[in-house]
Amino acid sequence: MNKVLICLHGSDVTPRFDLTTEVLIASIADNGIVQDERTLVLPQASAEKLCHMILTEGVHAIICGGIEDEYYQYLSWKRIHVIDSVIGHCDQVLEHYRGGTLQPGQILKDRGRHAE
Amino acid sequence: MVHRSLPQIAGLFEQSVSLPTLLDEIPLGLAILDRERRIHLINRTLEALTGYTREEARGISCEFILRSNICLEDCPLRQSKPISEPVGIEGNIVNRDRQKIPVCMTFSPVRDHHGKLVGYLETVQDIRLIRTLSSKSGQTFGFGQIIGRSPEMERIYQILPVIAQSDSSVLITGETGSGKDFVAEAIHQASPRAKDPFIKVNCGALPETLLESELFGHQKGAFTGAAENKPGRFRLAHNGTLYLTEIGDLPLALQVKLLTFLDDRIVYPLGGTRGFQVNVRVIAATHRDLEQMVREGRFREDLLFRLNVVRIRLPALRERGDDVRLLLDHFLQSYAGKLKKPIKGFSARALKALLAYPFPGNVRELKNIVEYALTICQEDHIHTRHLPAYLMDPKTVHDREVRESPTRVNEGVSVLKGDDVSALDWSAVERRMILEAMLKAGGRRSKAAAMLGWGRSTLWRKLKEYGIDA
Repeated sequence: MNKVLICLHGSDVTPRFDLTTEVLIASIADNGIVQDERTLVLPQASAEKLCHMILTEGVHAIICGGIEDEYYQYLSWKRIHVIDSVIGHCDQVLEHYRGGTLQPGQILKDRGRHAE
Repeated sequence: MVHRSLPQIAGLFEQSVSLPTLLDEIPLGLAILDRERRIHLINRTLEALTGYTREEARGISCEFILRSNICLEDCPLRQSKPISEPVGIEGNIVNRDRQKIPVCMTFSPVRDHHGKLVGYLETVQDIRLIRTLSSKSGQTFGFGQIIGRSPEMERIYQILPVIAQSDSSVLITGETGSGKDFVAEAIHQASPRAKDPFIKVNCGALPETLLESELFGHQKGAFTGAAENKPGRFRLAHNGTLYLTEIGDLPLALQVKLLTFLDDRIVYPLGGTRGFQVNVRVIAATHRDLEQMVREGRFREDLLFRLNVVRIRLPALRERGDDVRLLLDHFLQSYAGKLKKPIKGFSARALKALLAYPFPGNVRELKNIVEYALTICQEDHIHTRHLPAYLMDPKTVHDREVRESPTRVNEGVSVLKGDDVSALDWSAVERRMILEAMLKAGGRRSKAAAMLGWGRSTLWRKLKEYGIDA
């Protein structure tokens, strides 16, 4: 079982880890099927408290947008796989994560009329 | 794929000119947004500030690219009543290098000749320099973020302003944790280039091919996956400073390319035929003995000569005498404020233990120890029981003399017993020490760190550095 936490801003991955007020936690079975999915609303935005929650929840990987190096290093040190600078809708991002194709810095957002 | 032509400005000059080229010359981050706050265009200064290229940013809502607290907390463009006049707000952004940068942003509506809103113009100004200058006014000893009043540091403070005003390449050497990054940034901030970008590249963090593209950029189609043109860090640092940390880890092939750049100041992106003239000051740093590496054929002598125009050797903390006490008090005050704890100081025994400790991880280790102690401590003074356990181990303190020897071999780990130390370089010795400690500690990093006399973060960093997957 693989537990992943996505920091949310509406239904997108949040641009800032430290300003996250909502997270999605998904438990993914070895065959890639999502066993459990829940959204938590945090009482306040705090990078320290979010790190603590990530550790206590036993999360294996987190997906977020911008994260300060201090927290990135800390979580990596705690053996949590941090996939940062991700831009996209949480469903699409989770889909890529399940498929093993999600990379740090990946942009999965519709560019509207600016798309080539 | 459709070729996208660059927006042009017509009627201003005799011939129409490219808008991005014009915006690139403005030393202030600029973003042009449409009515839905999607990015049309960003200039080179904003590319350097955020780490996103204009191709990556195009069509994405600005909050995902700028990643400012203003975007999420108080975006003037999201308010029910649309802005009619430019608005300026101070905030911060987190860029792709994971740095939090204080900025001043302005938001202005753009209207057509009928007064109809067509988009927005955002400016983003890096105000790190202003913040540094204002924080320096209350500080009587130090330079930039560097603190210390020992004679060794005084000598460095005296030469830093002179070095900052020159435009020569600088080589900073010193043990891990001695503050090389802070010195590099302080030189940039005190130099005439302070308003322009300070771009840091860790030469040891990326494989050779990626590093080449990261430094020098690439042309679209140069290799599989090169879907867009990438300017590279040298071009992003145009008019500013490029800081190459861990220069000793730069592969030989790239050493030649760097040498060529230092000679003619032209950057040739991967897969490109055209060179770009770039005005960049290079500051390099390493904890390695480059002269020794030259003797071993692992570092080019001519590159060493080019970089070694000005050399700053940062003393290890154990050579800085009373600075240990000063730094202990400084970080105590700093973390007590941050963690909102009313801790007044260290007990006599705790202070004695700290002053007797050799700090092989230098200022970084000292800072981590103080942070740890403050986190643990629930009283008004830090006692020995609040300090990391390895600090109170008499063997660790006894090892001080051993660490001060040229090879700094830690007796707590017996890896070298029976080995011919002289046949190994320091990296090999250190790597073997780590492996031995990890083995003895049964894979437990905290215990291994204690055996080595390091903080856990130092051990973690070293494991990463040597590619040990523990």
